[in-house]
Amino acid sequence: MREAIIIYNLASKPNIMINKQVSDADEAIRDIEDGKTIMLGGFGLCGIPENCISALVRKGVRELTCISNNAGVDDFGIGLMLKTRQVKKMISSYVGENAEFERQLLSGELEVELIPQGTLATRCMAAGYGMPAIFTPAGVGTEVAEGKEIRNFNGKDYLMEYAFDADFALVKAWKGDTAGNLIFRSTSRNFNPVMAMAGKITIAEVEELVQPGELDPDQIHTPGVYVHRIFQGKDYEKRIEQCTVRTRINP
Amino acid sequence: MLDKNGIARRIAKEIKDGYYVNLGIGIPTLVANYIPAGINVVLQSENGLLGMGPFPFEGEEDADLINAGKQTITTLPGSSTFDSAMSFGMIRSQKIDLTILGAMEVSERGDIANWKIPGKMVKGMGGAMDLVASAKNIIVAMQHMNKAGESKLLTDCTLPLTGVRCIKKIVTELAVLDVLPEGGFRLIERAPGVSVDFIQQSTSGKLFAEVDVMEMDLN
Repeated sequence: MREAIIIYNLASKPNIMINKQVSDADEAIRDIEDGKTIMLGGFGLCGIPENCISALVRKGVRELTCISNNAGVDDFGIGLMLKTRQVKKMISSYVGENAEFERQLLSGELEVELIPQGTLATRCMAAGYGMPAIFTPAGVGTEVAEGKEIRNFNGKDYLMEYAFDADFALVKAWKGDTAGNLIFRSTSRNFNPVMAMAGKITIAEVEELVQPGELDPDQIHTPGVYVHRIFQGKDYEKRIEQCTVRTRINP
Repeated sequence: MLDKNGIARRIAKEIKDGYYVNLGIGIPTLVANYIPAGINVVLQSENGLLGMGPFPFEGEEDADLINAGKQTITTLPGSSTFDSAMSFGMIRSQKIDLTILGAMEVSERGDIANWKIPGKMVKGMGGAMDLVASAKNIIVAMQHMNKAGESKLLTDCTLPLTGVRCIKKIVTELAVLDVLPEGGFRLIERAPGVSVDFIQQSTSGKLFAEVDVMEMDLN
């Protein structure tokens, strides 16, 4: 015989979701202070948290450590924060295409730690999965391995790399709901889901913010538990770094 | 002697039906133009795409859809997108059959240097260190000599390394070479009109060559 055990009568609560919505980027980043470590999603200029970057420039916080695959271009993306000298250190895998970045690096104003792209992604993932470290073969035998623990598994050497410890993660999604669930579009997904999982406080800006129930649970890329604040973004420029096209051949 | 397209054309012959392939920036990108008819391959772009299609038609560019070189591209029927951790997960777990990338130097033990020149602005390794450390099959596409006329196939790399003992095959404008497990380059094919002697002179590391080395078939 089957007995119904009612632990908690969910049906009696009209809305069991937690509302993560904040009004705008300025409110979302209100407690990012000088010296904090922040992750920023995006690959090149694709999928970057444009609204949060603008708000950080307006707030004028300084001495930031930024974990981001790239550093933007001179007048867009993280490049805007470099121009205003808000960044103390960049942790990235590739930092080309930015003259101001180069100038600050060569003059010693800016510190840069270059790490392999897969290591960067996986150190984010480890943080989001609650694992303190990962082992990767990337960088074995190179200067990336200096000072790091090496372990041999099945005859191959691996470097131990620690999970990131970031105060904030700023990510950009295509759609999200007020419960913090996120869906990304095409290759603008890139680092956003893994960084969303890795921040102590994760702030998501979305092109379209909807109510709970409007997104299909099976299509969610990042569950709302990882997202602390979400807001409807605005004025997206979505700049293209290298516009490559083919010509249409008329029959 | 081959031009860049010739190198790409020769490398394309190494691609087998059903391969998942990662193409680096530069000459490797050109390989996509020479994949033989009847060979079905899926191109991976490590920013998070399997099934990379051609550039979009003018006016159809999508800022959300780019390749690892940050160029606008398209998807194909059967394409998939994913996050950066999964992208390098499939590279690390060797689901990608072939990686084709450029190099500044390769040593006779298969070490590769392609990310940093001391004294010059360092842009970063991107995904190169992950790719060379994990890929089971890597082909290096490069010029045999640098702009100063010095060989890029060396006994030991002089530039900071990207990976150690990972390169097994090299295609240059002069030759196709294998890196032998015990060390040394083995000359497999020579480019049309290029002599074994010239390849020998152009190779600073140990080169093993038969008296009669076949010429590349580019068709």
